Amino acid sequence: MASASKQIISDSSEWTFPLLKRFDQAIARVAHDEFGLDTYANQVEVISSEQMIDAYSSVGLPINYHHWSYGKQFVATEQTYRRGQMGLAYEIVINSDPCIAYLMEENTLPMQALVIAHACYGHNSFFKGNYLFRTWTSADAIIDYLVFARNYIAECEERYGTEQVELLLDSCHALMNYGVDRYRRPSPLSMAEEKRRQAERENYLQSQVNDLWRTLPVIDKEEGRLDERRFPAEPQENLLYFIEKNAPLLEPWQREIVRIVRRVAQYFYPQRQTQVMNEGWATFWHYTLLNRLYDQGMVGDGFMIEVLQSHTNVVYQPPFDSPYYSGINPYALGFAMMRDIRRICEAPTDEDRYWFPDMAGQDWLKTLDFAMRNFKDESFIAQFLSPHLMREFRMFAVSDDDREDTLEITAIHEETGYRQLRQRLADQYNLGSREPNIQVYNVDVRGDRSLTLRHFRYNRRPLGDSLDEMLKHIHRLWGFDVRMEAVDEHGRVQLVGET
Amino acid sequence: MSHFIDRRLNSKNKSTVNRQRFLRRYKTQLKRAASDAVNRRSITDIDGGEQVGIPSKDISEPQFHHGPGGQRDMVHPGNKEFEAGDRVQRPEGGQGQGAGQGRAGRGGSGEDDFVFELSREEFLDLLFDDLELPNLVRNQLVGTTEFKTVRAGYATEGAPSNIDVVRSLRGAIARRTALGAPYRGRIRALEEELATLLASGIAETDAQVVALREEIDRLKTRIAALPFIDTFDLRYQSFTKLPEPTSKAVMLCIMDVSGSMDQVRKNLAKRFFILLYLFLQRNYDKIDVVFIRHHTIAQEVDEQEFFYSRETGGTVVSSALQLAHEVIRDRYDSETWNIYAAQASDGDNWDSDSSICRDLLIQDLLPLIRYYAYVEITPRQHQSLWYAYQDVKAVHRHFAMEEINGAEDIFPVFRELFKRQEA
Repeated sequence: MASASKQIISDSSEWTFPLLKRFDQAIARVAHDEFGLDTYANQVEVISSEQMIDAYSSVGLPINYHHWSYGKQFVATEQTYRRGQMGLAYEIVINSDPCIAYLMEENTLPMQALVIAHACYGHNSFFKGNYLFRTWTSADAIIDYLVFARNYIAECEERYGTEQVELLLDSCHALMNYGVDRYRRPSPLSMAEEKRRQAERENYLQSQVNDLWRTLPVIDKEEGRLDERRFPAEPQENLLYFIEKNAPLLEPWQREIVRIVRRVAQYFYPQRQTQVMNEGWATFWHYTLLNRLYDQGMVGDGFMIEVLQSHTNVVYQPPFDSPYYSGINPYALGFAMMRDIRRICEAPTDEDRYWFPDMAGQDWLKTLDFAMRNFKDESFIAQFLSPHLMREFRMFAVSDDDREDTLEITAIHEETGYRQLRQRLADQYNLGSREPNIQVYNVDVRGDRSLTLRHFRYNRRPLGDSLDEMLKHIHRLWGFDVRMEAVDEHGRVQLVGET
Repeated sequence: MSHFIDRRLNSKNKSTVNRQRFLRRYKTQLKRAASDAVNRRSITDIDGGEQVGIPSKDISEPQFHHGPGGQRDMVHPGNKEFEAGDRVQRPEGGQGQGAGQGRAGRGGSGEDDFVFELSREEFLDLLFDDLELPNLVRNQLVGTTEFKTVRAGYATEGAPSNIDVVRSLRGAIARRTALGAPYRGRIRALEEELATLLASGIAETDAQVVALREEIDRLKTRIAALPFIDTFDLRYQSFTKLPEPTSKAVMLCIMDVSGSMDQVRKNLAKRFFILLYLFLQRNYDKIDVVFIRHHTIAQEVDEQEFFYSRETGGTVVSSALQLAHEVIRDRYDSETWNIYAAQASDGDNWDSDSSICRDLLIQDLLPLIRYYAYVEITPRQHQSLWYAYQDVKAVHRHFAMEEINGAEDIFPVFRELFKRQEA
C-alpha cells in the first residue's frame, strides 16, 4: 500500500485533546477523501459520566424543557449505572448542524477514536443523507427550537403554575407517537419565525376554534343532510395536530405546548424508523474507517484489538433461546447488511446475481450510499436482506395466533422460505404494524362534542391495558367525552372504551 | 473540520430540577416508603440515604400499545432444529419465541417496584415533612449580639486583605488617563508642528527641530513618571454588620441508662433520640443539644457517649431533672433560648422519687421550657413515674407523654409528639 509508511499516531491508551484532534483529522481524511462521506461539521464535547447520565435522561437532547418523567429516567439510569448493572453508552450523538457528539472522559484513546468514527462520521453522514431525516428534521434549527420551547414552557409554568403545565405535558407525551402526519411534509423550523408567528397563531387559532364551536349554529334548511357530514371529513392520524387545532377548551398557551411536543415528536420520528439502518451504517463505518487506518499503519495492533473487542460485543446477536436474547440486535443486523451489500457488489455469488442483479458487481460505495439515502428500516430490509444473511443468522419466522394452541414455524432459512422470511422481518419494522393504528374518526359537533377515535385492528390485535389511562389523557386535552372504537378486518365496529 | 470542547467542568446536575419534580410528584408514596424504612433501619446508618420503591404502575407513562391476543408474526435468529410447518408449544414467561409478548409490556404493566436511592437530604425531608418543633417563639433580645456580615459596596479605606484589585486598577487607569491628557495633547500639537517643519525641508539638525524633539521627549518622560498605582486609587470591599433576629433553640435529651433499661429498650430510646436529633439538625440553623443520661446520678455527656456507652445501676429520675435545671440556669437563659426537652425511660423509678420529679417539673422546669416530651418504653404496666407525669400533664399543656412498645411505634409516636401545630 502506498501510504503504508505513515507513522502510528499513538500507542497510548490515555487520551489528550491534541491526540483526539489528530485522530479526528486522520479519520476525516479517510472518510471524506477516500470514501466520500458527506457530513455536517462536528462539534465533539467531552463530558463526565454524570453528565452522560444527564444527557441520557433528557432523551438525548442537549437542552430540553423540565418534566418529571426525565427525572424518573435520570433516577433509573443513575441507579442501574451505580449498581453496575449497565454500562453507559459510549456516545450520544445529536442530529443537529453542527452535529454534536458526546465523548465520555472515562474512555480510553482507542474507544474515543471508535466513537469519533462511529458518531462523527457514521451517524453524522446518515443524518445528513437519509431522506427521512432530510424531510422530518431541521438539523440547523433544532437547538434553537429547543431553546424556544424550554423558555416558552418555563414562562407558562410561571404564569399558570407548574402543576397545570405538567398535567398538560403528561397528556401530550402519552400521545407523542401520534403527532406526525406520515404523508405530509412538515414546514422547516426556525426560532425567529416560531416566535414571530406564535402570537399571531394564538389569536388566529382561538378565533378558528371559536367559530367551530359557535353556540348558535347557522340555521340550515337541509338539516338532515348536514347531520350526516362528519367532522373531520377525513379520518386524521395526527392526534396531537388535531387536538392542537380543534380541541374546544384549550387556552392558546396550551395549544402552543401541544405544538411543541408535536414538533419534538416529529424530530424523533425518523429515528424510530431507521434504527437498524442508522446503527448499521455507523457501525459499518467505524469498522471500515479504523481498519483503513490500521492498513495504512497509523494505528497499532493493541489499538485495533481493543477496538475490535468492543466492536464484537456491540454486534453480537444472541440466538433466540439464549438468556440474553431480547429481539434482533439492530447493530448486528444493520452491520451485517451493510457488509453484505459491499460483499454482493465486490464478490457476488450466483445466488446474489439472481437475487440482486442490479447490485452484483457494481461500485459498492455508490450502492451503499444509495441504500443509506433512500430507505428506512422496513424498505431497507425488504430490499437488501439477502438469503446469505438469512442463513448466517439462521432466521425463522413464527406465527402466534391466539386461536391456535401451538405456535407455527411458517418459514426458515431455506429456498422456499427466503421471500416470506424477508417480508415478515420487514413488517416487523413497519411502524404501522408495531404501533396501533388509531385515527380521529368523528366529533359530535352539534351534540355533546364527544370525540370518537377508531383503532383499525391489524391481525386482530387488540389494544393493551393502557387504554383507559390513555383515554383519560385524551379526555384532559379534549375536554369532553372520548370514545374508542375498534374496527376489525371486516369493517365491523365495536366500542372498546369510553370516558 | 471538527471542533473539540471540554465540557467536563460544566455543571453536572442538569437533571436536578427534573429529579425534584419527580420526587414532588410521588411525595405521598415516597413518604410512606420513608417511614417504613426508618423502622427497618439500624441506628448507625440512619444518617445515610435510603432506597425506596414505588409500584411501577403508579409511575408508568402510558402509550397506546397492542395487548396480548390476535395473530402476530415474529422473526427470530438462531434456528437449530425447526423446519417450516413445525408446530411448537407456546413458551411460558415470554422468553424465546415469546419475546414478542414481552414487548407489549413496555406500556408499564410490569409488577416490580421502581426502586431508587434518595439522598440523605431528600430522605430526611420526606421523613420530617409536616413536622415542626412545637411552640417555636422567636426569642429576641433588644441588645442582640447576633450579627451577620453583609457586603456594603466599596470604601476608600480598609484592611489590605480586602483590596478589590479590579476596582483599584480601574481607578488607576482613569487617573493616569486624566493626568496624562494635557501632556498628550501637547505632544500631538508639537509632533504636528515637527512634521510640518520637516515637510518644509528643514534639516534634522536645525535648532527648531532639536528644540521640538527635546520638548516632546520631556513631555513623554512626564507621562512615564505618572505613578502606575497610587494610594489614592485603592478601593476596599466594604462589609457592615447587620443585627439579626435569632431563633436559637436548645434541646435537652434525657435518657435512663440504669440497669432496668435492658439493651433492647436502650436501642429503642436511642432511635427516638436519633430521630429527634436529625429532625433538629434539619430544622434549625442554631441548635444546641445537651445530652443527660442518668441512673442513680445524672451526668452530662457528649453525643457519642450518650448513645454508645454502657452503664448500670439503680434509677433516680429526679437527679437528671435536677441537672437539667442546673444546665438551663447556668447556660441557657430562657429569655434568649427556646428550650425543649425530651426524656426517654422505661418508667422505673424509686417510688418516693416520682413525686419529687413531678414537683420539679411543675415548679422549676416547665415554666422555662417550651415543650417537654416524655416517652416511656415499656410493654408492662405503668409504674409510679407515669402517674406522677400524668399530674404534670394536667397542669401544663406543653408537656406531652407517649408510650412506645416496640420499634414500629417509634416513628408514629415521634410524629404524634412533634406534629405541626395548628396555627
